[in-house]
Parts: sequence; C-alpha cells; structure tokens
Amino acid sequence: MTIAFRDETFRDDYTFRNSPHAIRRFPFPFHEDRYMYAVNIEPHALPGPKGSVVEFAFDVDEHYVSEMRDRELVLRQDPLRCQALPHMMAAQWDLLELIMTSFARDYPEHFSLERDGERWHWVNRPLGIDQRFVFGDALTLPYEPMEYVTRQAQGDWVIVDQRDGNLWMDAGMVTTQADWSLDFDIGMNFFEWHGPVPLAHELGVFERALKYLMQVRVGSPVRRLNWTMTINPLLDTAPERYPVWGPDRTTVTPDNVGHKAHLRVELQSFWRLPRSNALLFPIRCYLIKLEELVTVPKWARRLPRVLKSLPQELVDYKGLTRYRDTAVAWLSRYDDGAPTSPGGGPD
Amino acid sequence: MAVRPQSIKVRVAEVVPVTPLVKRFRFVPLAGGLLPAFSGGAHTVVEMHDGAVVRRNPYSLMGSPDELDSYQISVRKVEDSRGGSVFMHERVKAGDEMAVSPPVNLFAIAWDARKHLLLAGGIGITPFVSQMIQLDRSEMPFELHYCIRNDDRGPYWRDLQQRYGRRVQVHRAESGLGMDVEALLVMQPLGTHLFVCGPGPMIEGVYATARGLGWPEENLHSERFQAPATGAAFDVVLRRSSKRVHVGTHESLLEAIEAADVEAPYLCRGGACGQCETGVLACDGRLIHNDHYLSAEERAAGRKIMPCVSRFEGRELVLDL
Repeated sequence: MTIAFRDETFRDDYTFRNSPHAIRRFPFPFHEDRYMYAVNIEPHALPGPKGSVVEFAFDVDEHYVSEMRDRELVLRQDPLRCQALPHMMAAQWDLLELIMTSFARDYPEHFSLERDGERWHWVNRPLGIDQRFVFGDALTLPYEPMEYVTRQAQGDWVIVDQRDGNLWMDAGMVTTQADWSLDFDIGMNFFEWHGPVPLAHELGVFERALKYLMQVRVGSPVRRLNWTMTINPLLDTAPERYPVWGPDRTTVTPDNVGHKAHLRVELQSFWRLPRSNALLFPIRCYLIKLEELVTVPKWARRLPRVLKSLPQELVDYKGLTRYRDTAVAWLSRYDDGAPTSPGGGPD
Repeated sequence: MAVRPQSIKVRVAEVVPVTPLVKRFRFVPLAGGLLPAFSGGAHTVVEMHDGAVVRRNPYSLMGSPDELDSYQISVRKVEDSRGGSVFMHERVKAGDEMAVSPPVNLFAIAWDARKHLLLAGGIGITPFVSQMIQLDRSEMPFELHYCIRNDDRGPYWRDLQQRYGRRVQVHRAESGLGMDVEALLVMQPLGTHLFVCGPGPMIEGVYATARGLGWPEENLHSERFQAPATGAAFDVVLRRSSKRVHVGTHESLLEAIEAADVEAPYLCRGGACGQCETGVLACDGRLIHNDHYLSAEERAAGRKIMPCVSRFEGRELVLDL
C-alpha cells in the first residue's frame, strides 16, 4: 500500500497532525486502567496484525519524510547526536543490512535494494535517494553506515555491545528521545544508563531484563512499549535543549491542553545483530494529541484513570508534575465511567 | 519467559572424515535459500532423534559467516559419552534430514580488544575457525596457538597454517599442551584478550596462569565442551506443570523435561551460560551440580539447579517448572 506522506513540522509552527488512520493504529500502551513498571517484553513476531505499527520489522508511516527532515535539522545543530565507538563498525554494517533488506521487502513501492555480491544499489523513493556502494567499504557512502541508513529510518537507533555479562551503549543515532542524551550515556553499561529510573531498581526489573536481553537470538526479536507525555509535538526533547522546550510545560492551560499535550509512546524492539553479535535497540517515537486520542472512546476513558492513579515518583520522573492535574481534568470530561475492555487496542 | 525459536530443517549434504576421530558435517536448508547469519564463535544446537530419545548437542559453526548456503560443524567421537557424538559418527549419513537451531554466540569476538590471543586444544579449534575469518577480514590482530597430540590427530591445522601463515602456531605433545603458556602470556601487549577452547583442565590451567600474571577477568574468555554427565536414573516433580518425569541414565534432566513437553529455557546446554537456571522447591536427597555457573554459596544453599548438566540422587526433587 502506498503511504501518503504528510508535509509537517515538529518545531516552530508545529503543524504535526495524525490522520484518522494514524490515530486508529496508534500504539496505545495501557492494557488496563492503571500503570506500573513490569518486564513487559513480548516476541516481535512478524508479520504482526495487518496495518498495525508492528506489522513489519520497522514501521514506516505518514510522518516519515517530515521526521527525516527534522532529524537533519537536529544533526546540523548538534552532530554529537550520532556517535559510534570505533569497535562498532561491524555492528554498523549489520544495522545497515537489516534496515535496507527489511524496508525493501516490506515497502517495495517505496524502497528497493539490489545486491550483486558486495556491490549494492539502494533506492529510497520518498527521499529521492539512489545510491550505489560497496558493502563493507565505508568510504563508498557519504556517511558511516549507521548514520547513512538512520538518516533514512524513523526513530532512534541504539546499538549495544554485549560483553562481560553486560550491555554497553557504544553507538547510536538519537534525535527523537524522551529527555535522555546519547552523548552523556555513550560507553555506559545497562545499569549505569538506567541509573536515574525510580522504583524499577528495587523491583529487580533491570536484572531480569538484562538477563532476558542477553539471550535475544538472531531471527527472534522482542519488543515493548514505553510512554511519557510531551508538550507540543516536539520529537527532539533532548536534555541539551532543555532550555528551549522545558518552559513549554508552564504554558499548559485548561483551554489549550487538548491541543498542546501529547501522549508520547515508544515502540522499543530488540534485535540480535547476526555478524557482530551486538544487540540493536530501535526506539520509535509516536506522538498523539489528547484531542486526537479522545476520538477513541476506550482511550478517552482509560487515560485519565491511568494518569490519576500514577505514583508521584513516576509523575515527577516523567516530567508531568506541572500539568498532570490539568490534563486529568480535561480528559475526565470524556470519561463516562463505563468499564473498559482489557488490552490496549480500540474497541 | 524465554522464547524457544523454531528449529531449522536441514539436509546433511556431506559427511567428511577429517581425522580418525573427527568428522565434518555440512547441512543445507531443506527449504532452500540461506541460513541465518552468524558471528565468529557461534554454535548451533543439533537435534538427534535416536529412537524415542531426542538429544540436543551444541556444536560450533565452523564455516564462513559470509557463506550462508550451508552450516558446517565438526564432531569428535567420544566413545564413553551419552551417545550424541557416537550417533553423529555412526548413524548420520549424507542425505539424512535433521534439525538445527538458529545460531547463538556465547564465545563472541571482543570487538574492543587490541589483539586476540587464541588457544585451542584438539577439537576446541572449531569456534576459532569462524572467528579467524572475521578477525582477518576486519584486519584485527590475532595469533592462534593450537595444541594437538600429533600431526594425524589435530583437525585442520594444515589448512589454517596455509591460510594464516605465522599467525597460526601448532604445538605437538602426546600429553600436556607442549607449550609454555606463561612465557606466551607475559609477552602479550596490554589490551590483549585471551580466548581458550579445549578440555576443562586446559582451560583451568591457562586461566590460573593468566590470573597469576594479573590479567583482568574481562580479558579472559573460554568455551568448554562438556557433554551432560551420565548417572543413575531418578524422578523429578515439576510443580507448575504438575508432572512427574523420569530421567534415564543416558539423558540429561533438561532432555527429560523437554521430552515431557515442558518448556524450559536454554542456550549452551553445557552448564556455562546460566539460562536454564531453575528453582528447587524441595529436595530430599543430594543435588549433583555439574555446571560452571552457580557460585559455591548458591550450591550450598541448594535452591537452584542447572538442568542441562546437573543431576539428583535421593528420594524426591521438586522443581519450579
């Protein structure tokens, strides 16, 4: 199916919107009327439900072209959003191969890949790219392989090296992050980069998650959803840019909250990269305005209930402190008190 | 929850005698096309259907990670074992259909190492064959020391010397390693990672020497080939599945659990990786720990067992499965 790519912005005039189709397929993360951390990982079994964001290995949607334009703006401002330690070159090629072969297989009307041994020919029609290069020879591409391919793939991409019984954040392209910094985290291990998360350490969540992730196998990826909220449809909420976007949290009023406040959901998946044995961690960000979200009655009932019952530590950690009550008050007008069905999808 | 991946149906394309005790097997996918890519040092688990008994033994993938139309493994025949290697040697012929697992790597290249120092004993050469292909291609410095009994007993040493020249040193000795490990280790540049694959005593000896010289633990890597021990038969109760399972003399606890259709996670099937760690709910008798994973304190506590290699002796064992 051909995707109609929107022309929109994630900064300045913020023209980002979701089409009704994009709203229906939004990965609503709450499967019940409350939320607490859990090791909520499941197999990324492919193909997933038709039309859903997990139908294919990596989702390409109506925001693709505009998101890639936004990434280029971020990188121009701050090239350190993309970094790879020298020992990650084999993993970079693994990533390029995985994205190109997946896109060409899953979206043949938009992407194509021809391979003649090491000589590859890549065509990306939405972005107008036609590139011939030698697989394994970084000098035949305009950027290193990870940067080249992730300038053409939505979401953030982190590659972690597996060694010494731990995972190490040794490469990544990170421009659509929920307030964390690759430049700060690069070289850290799994426990170090999760250091700031409240409550979960005490629950033993990270020990179990690490053990699970280290055994992810070639061809058997897994996935989970994570969430937070963002004021204005800003993809790049980096700590480096906090002075630019942090104050937006003080601008929320009962009149504008439905338009300004967004639920921000991350579809995270985990892949064993076959030739480097590294682990790939794509983090794909989906934004939805509260006024878009309440067009689905089940979500309109559930979200205010979840936000109301959220532990204060999580409210603070997710940065919702200043506007949670305003959002709950606005959302509650759409909650008629009826019971909700289990699971996250619309009824 | 661990995901047990689908096994891959393959046909035995070729069985080649390499030495009097070692045969090489080449598998091609029944469905055609390519097999999943792998990294240097990875293994596959081969399923053997020997009458009613299903054995799953891990073997290093020793082909090139760039040629995925087939997988290759080498099997050394061990007469007094549980029978996996004897089955491969005596029963498996070209044309047979078998099943193998997708690749898993528990002996991966250290991409951040300044140099790889590889020590192989006998059939322990197999994981290094694919590692060296990747190291060579990535232009990473490496040096292999390969200990064999004599020229006829060491698989592949001629090919490897031909391919890598002076980077491959062969040491011949009817007993012991035939080389001075300490002299070798003291002359290594800082940042070298040591990889050892061979019999248990070889690994322990090399580790002791390295530790004595102050090598950091993070720079020591090993893979041992350990078949699950045989022993007296016993019964086990799986509480969550409400099943009582009999474990025969020549099968492992893990194999008996699998035969009872109870899902149990695993990776190495050699007592090293920790994936199959299982809670012991009750134990009236003695746990026989044969793994290299549980700490001395954990063994003393008696609350955990690694069913891939460990066993039980006594009246009743109840597991959290």
